[in-house]
Amino acid sequence: MHEFGIAETIVQTALDAARAHGAARVDVVRVRIGDLSGVVEEALRFAFESIADGTPAGGARLEIERAPVRCYCSSCGVEFATAPLDYQCPACGAISGDVRGGREMDLVSIEVS
Amino acid sequence: MCDHCGCSTPAPHAHGHAHDHDHSHAHDHDEERKTIALHQSLMAKNDRLAEQNRGFFKGRGILALNLVSSPGSGKTALIEATLRALKDEFRMATIVGDLATDNDARRLRAAGAPAIQITTGAVCHLDAHMVQHALEDLGDAPVDILFIENVGNLVCPSSFDLGERLRVVVTSVTEGEDKPLKYPAIFQNADAVVVNKIDLADAVGFARETALANLKAAAPRARLFEISARTGAGLDAWHAFLREHAPRRPAQPREAG
Repeated sequence: MHEFGIAETIVQTALDAARAHGAARVDVVRVRIGDLSGVVEEALRFAFESIADGTPAGGARLEIERAPVRCYCSSCGVEFATAPLDYQCPACGAISGDVRGGREMDLVSIEVS
Repeated sequence: MCDHCGCSTPAPHAHGHAHDHDHSHAHDHDEERKTIALHQSLMAKNDRLAEQNRGFFKGRGILALNLVSSPGSGKTALIEATLRALKDEFRMATIVGDLATDNDARRLRAAGAPAIQITTGAVCHLDAHMVQHALEDLGDAPVDILFIENVGNLVCPSSFDLGERLRVVVTSVTEGEDKPLKYPAIFQNADAVVVNKIDLADAVGFARETALANLKAAAPRARLFEISARTGAGLDAWHAFLREHAPRRPAQPREAG
């Protein structure tokens, strides 16, 4: 439901960066979205297209890279990649309450021309 | 495909070559595409304001709680019951977010605490900026515990740090057992989960063991409380949890209520 707000930040940041680099338009926008971010990809794409329309980012390609959930197991001292609801260390079976990745919502890069 | 104009020439292509196709636009070969690395969090602004709020709370010795739930789980009822029970022990205040109406703020004021209403309009969550403004409205009133009642929604509030010390998810037996499985993001980093309306558990056929197993899997670091805000069942453990985290002010002894 908050994908529109996120898309607004994406488009605004991309337009500001493009302008700062003297570019006329934004062709590609790359974001990294964590599996625990609560962001729905289709909703984000729809919001992005709607908001970018009519701006120099109109028609830009949105590339979404997923970031897996990463937990830290304090007994084993290791970090492991997993999925939402599965916070169990594959080595020792302990449940980790220390999630270190998966909530990302990052604007990684843009391509401009 | 050529990145530049969408023609079928492989990219990157040498310039100065013959073009055997028409262009509908000026073909300026100085205008190459370039990548700009940004690597910035889309939540950066909210997170920065949340850190300011956290500093404010820490500086004033305020225990701030962010209460999230689906609509109708009983956040307001839980806060009301807590305000009434602990009024002689702590100075408490509330910030309450709703899409519309100030009904909840009225209820909380009636329970004896200052209540700042944030009416979010179409926005489905509170953010750190809204809370910052509400704190201005709260002024200099001394506060030990601040309850921030979020907009009823199990999705969006999970992304917005408000600067709170504790995130509390309130759920209720009438919502069934699988809410934690359906909304993993909001449960995962909860410090406490309060299961409300246990007085209705039998009436709605609540499968307690299944529900607790789901909660433990989805909210691995949360303390669990089974309560009824209406009857008061289980509230003692919840109050003890608040006492554990609330600031101690030995210089200001209070009279027993």
